[in-house]
Amino acid sequence: MGFIRGFGQFWYDLIIGDDWKIAAAVVATLALGTVVLLAFAVPEPVLTPVLGLCLMAAFVIALRLDARD
Amino acid sequence: MNAAAWGLGAAVLLASIVEMVEALTIVMAMGVTRSWRSTLAGVAAALVALAAFTAAAGYALATWLPKAALQLAIGTLLLIFGLQWLRKAILRSSGRKAMHDEDQIFADEVAAAESAGAVTAKGLDWFSFMISFKGVFLEGVEVVFIVITFGLSAGNMPVAIGAAVIGVLLVLAVGIAVRGPLSKVPENTMKYGVGLLLAAFGTFWSVEGLGVFTGGHQSLEWPGADLAIPVLVAAWFGLSRLMVHALRRPAVPSASI
Repeated sequence: MGFIRGFGQFWYDLIIGDDWKIAAAVVATLALGTVVLLAFAVPEPVLTPVLGLCLMAAFVIALRLDARD
Repeated sequence: MNAAAWGLGAAVLLASIVEMVEALTIVMAMGVTRSWRSTLAGVAAALVALAAFTAAAGYALATWLPKAALQLAIGTLLLIFGLQWLRKAILRSSGRKAMHDEDQIFADEVAAAESAGAVTAKGLDWFSFMISFKGVFLEGVEVVFIVITFGLSAGNMPVAIGAAVIGVLLVLAVGIAVRGPLSKVPENTMKYGVGLLLAAFGTFWSVEGLGVFTGGHQSLEWPGADLAIPVLVAAWFGLSRLMVHALRRPAVPSASI
């Protein structure tokens, strides 16, 4: 049990790191992008850069929240 | 080599140098203070463990996931991982987090090694063995993670592996020449650069990979294809400078991080 916990903690520290809000922001934005992709016929050349901008906005929000803590 | 391959090589080389400089500080502290033989045995054991880890993780990812799913999974991991680096770089540049200081870390490691009691068995000093093993393995895993994610997503493992090996050899050669921690390496700036590249490539691949959810399971196309990558690098750089400006505070004293 200790090994599994340690293994999970190792990967959490490696990928998620000090601020879980960034991971949550990225996953939430990509999930939203998937919904838009499947529900609306948005052309790819429009959707991809818009999602890129959304990821940047999500990072700004996560960082502002982090800096406020 | 195209723009993506140059970006791939630069990101892996910088990441490899930064992580190996950190590992070298730990190895130097253990070797100088306790036992070079046990320290180098720990380094060798860590390199064997890293090779096994790389082979297993690389094979599993390349074998089990279709291309678009691979891009989504790896791009998302890379983006989260890269944004953590970028977050730290922004907080350091804005004075909200102490700069990474190899001299301070070296002094802390030496003090810890000197105060630890003797842990000798079978001719090895297990304290220096374990600390050097852990240091090299943990720093190495970050490089391996970047090598695998970049190499598989770009479909160019030779460039990724080659850049990582060059980084390791460079640090090793300079470390042997200097015989001490490489505190003059501009680690904070290099980490900033790696963070930007990881964020840009992670954005590109994770959004491309959303195509796995469509009927054809084909990757989505960015306008301009690979030319979107330098645009993303520039956009993340511009955003990071704005954030540094917005979050700026007076610098805090250096400390080990």
